[in-house]
This record gives sequence, structure tokens and C-alpha cells, in this order.
Amino acid sequence: MSIANYLYLSAILFTIGAIGVVVRRNAIVVFMCIELMLNAANLAFVTFARINGNLEGQVVAFFTMVVAACEVVVGLAIIVTIYRSRRSASVDDASLLKR
Amino acid sequence: MINLALDVGTTAGPESVLFYLLAPLSVLASLGMLLVKKAVHSALLLAWVMVSLAIFYIAQDALFLGIVQIVVYTGAVMMLFLFILMLVGVDTSDSLEENIKGLRPIAIIAAIGFGGLLISLIGRATFNRPTIGFILANAGGNANGIAEQLFTKYVFAFEVVSALLITAALGAMVLAHSQKSRSQFAQRDLSIARFRKSDLKDAAGLPGPGVYALHNAVDVPALLPNGQPAPSSISAVLQARGDIIESSKYQLTQEEEEK
Repeated sequence: MSIANYLYLSAILFTIGAIGVVVRRNAIVVFMCIELMLNAANLAFVTFARINGNLEGQVVAFFTMVVAACEVVVGLAIIVTIYRSRRSASVDDASLLKR
Repeated sequence: MINLALDVGTTAGPESVLFYLLAPLSVLASLGMLLVKKAVHSALLLAWVMVSLAIFYIAQDALFLGIVQIVVYTGAVMMLFLFILMLVGVDTSDSLEENIKGLRPIAIIAAIGFGGLLISLIGRATFNRPTIGFILANAGGNANGIAEQLFTKYVFAFEVVSALLITAALGAMVLAHSQKSRSQFAQRDLSIARFRKSDLKDAAGLPGPGVYALHNAVDVPALLPNGQPAPSSISAVLQARGDIIESSKYQLTQEEEEK
């Protein structure tokens, strides 16, 4: 098996995550799809680090994980705040700027 | 999978078996994430994808990242997701019908184009050298090697990330904190409010749940003297969930009453 297969898997997972962000309307599911995209990018980082034989890709993947954790904390707090004021976690309902 | 121009060497037998077992499963799980209706099921499928990615990291000799993936992602982040799902309401299932007309076909076509571009890009890329692997880099231990990079070359980024973590924690606290606009009603206030109502029907408090002689439980509405169930005796949460047992089957029949 070629090591590039990991890269193909990463591309497929990233694409699926991107579809999810566009198609799904529950804000929490949209968030989970963003996490999936970040994870797919991490897999590509680790695979490229393996191809190049150094650990820098792993360090970058580690940083990505930390930043993703921050993003989840703040994003979920925003979702809770929106839910508290609008009683709905759907991204289509939060369209106050449009009107 | 067809090996195109990208010649980066091959993996050992066991690793390819692992890959061909786990990769289709993780793709299926992530597709399921898009298709299932309930957010909780999406979360479980995402946890599965994350665990299989952790296995891939470990298979690729990135031991530290694999463990961190399990601890941080499937442990902390997914717990946080489930926590928020519980808070926001598990029953708020997404209606899958589309609001914007034609969004779904456009999204799928765009995704196929995007994925095709990515995959063909990977297929056409050449590195002109075989895979080196982590054997040399991991010579002093994988975690030691990462620590060496993290605390020498990337120490500034590390400090910035720590500042980011603190800021995110503070931001979440500020966002999630809600100021109470009025003080909470005490028992005294509630009692006064009951007596100030137009009719004094509920002045003594609502009836308790349960048919005491036969089935004493919170999910059975109490029976009124005329044999009708009293809906006000049940918690509104149980009513919304539909976890109520019909109280009429615990009603005494005519013969039993005469005994």
C-alpha cells in the first residue's frame, strides 16, 4: 500500500466535512463537521511529516489540536448563548443581520 | 487504490491491512454523520472517526499524537459536545429538508469538484524521494523528540498558544455567564402569587402524582375524585418527553370499589 493513501483518505474526510458545514443546519453538527475537517488536515500533516522524516509536522498537528480545542470552547459557548436568547440551535434562524 | 505518480514508498503488510479495514469504516462513519438526523448520533460517529484517526497516527509511528488525539479529542472535545447537546436539548433534531432551494445538489456537485481536485492534485504530485519515516526522528523517543522541537524552535508559538488557551477559557466564561434580571422566586413569593390568582383552585398547591393504592410513581397522573386523570399533577418535563403512563388502567373498577 502506498503511503499516499493516507493523503487520499485525508482529502476525502476533508471534503465530507466541507459538505456537512454547507448542508447541515444544526449549529452543533456544523461544528462537528469543522472538527472533522481539522482532523483530516492533521492526518495530512502527520503523513507529510512521515514522508519527510522529521517531527515538525507532528508539532504543527499538535498546535492544530490545541487551537481546535480553543475554538470548540468558544464556539460552543456562542451556541449556548444563541440558544438561550433564540431557543433554537439552527443556523438558519440566526439571520438577524439579513433583515 | 491506484498508485498514481506520487511515489513515496509503501508500507508494511500489517499496516496496509489496518488501513484497508479502518479507512472505509471511517469514511462511512463520516458520511453517516451527514445523513443521520439526531445530533447525538452524529457525535458518536465523529468519535468513531477520531478514534480511527488516532489508530492511524499510532500506526504511522506518531505515538504521542495518537494518545493526545484520544485524550483531547475523543475525551475532552467530544465530552464537551455531548454536554452542550444535553444543555441545548437532545430532542432538537435537525429537519433535513432544505431551506435554500437547490442548496444540496449545488453543495454535492461543488464537493465532488473540490474532492476531485484535491485527489488529482495528490495523485499528480511528486516528491522525488522515498519516504524517510520516523525511525531516525524517533530514535530518542517520540515524545522526547516533539518536546525538543516544542521547547526550542517553537517555544514562542507554544507561549502564544498558552495565551490563546487562557483567552478562550475567559471568553467562554464571559459568553456562558448570564446575569439574572430578577432574584429567584422563593417559597414565600410563590405562595403569595398562588393566593393572588383570580381563583383559589390551586391555592393549596398542585396535586401530587401517582395513584397511591396501586401504582405510586411520578410518571402516573393522579386520579381526581370523578375518575379523571389530573394532568397538572405531572411534571411538565415528563409530559414533554411523553414518558407518562396512562392512569386509567390503575383505576378501581366498580366491583373492587364495592368490596
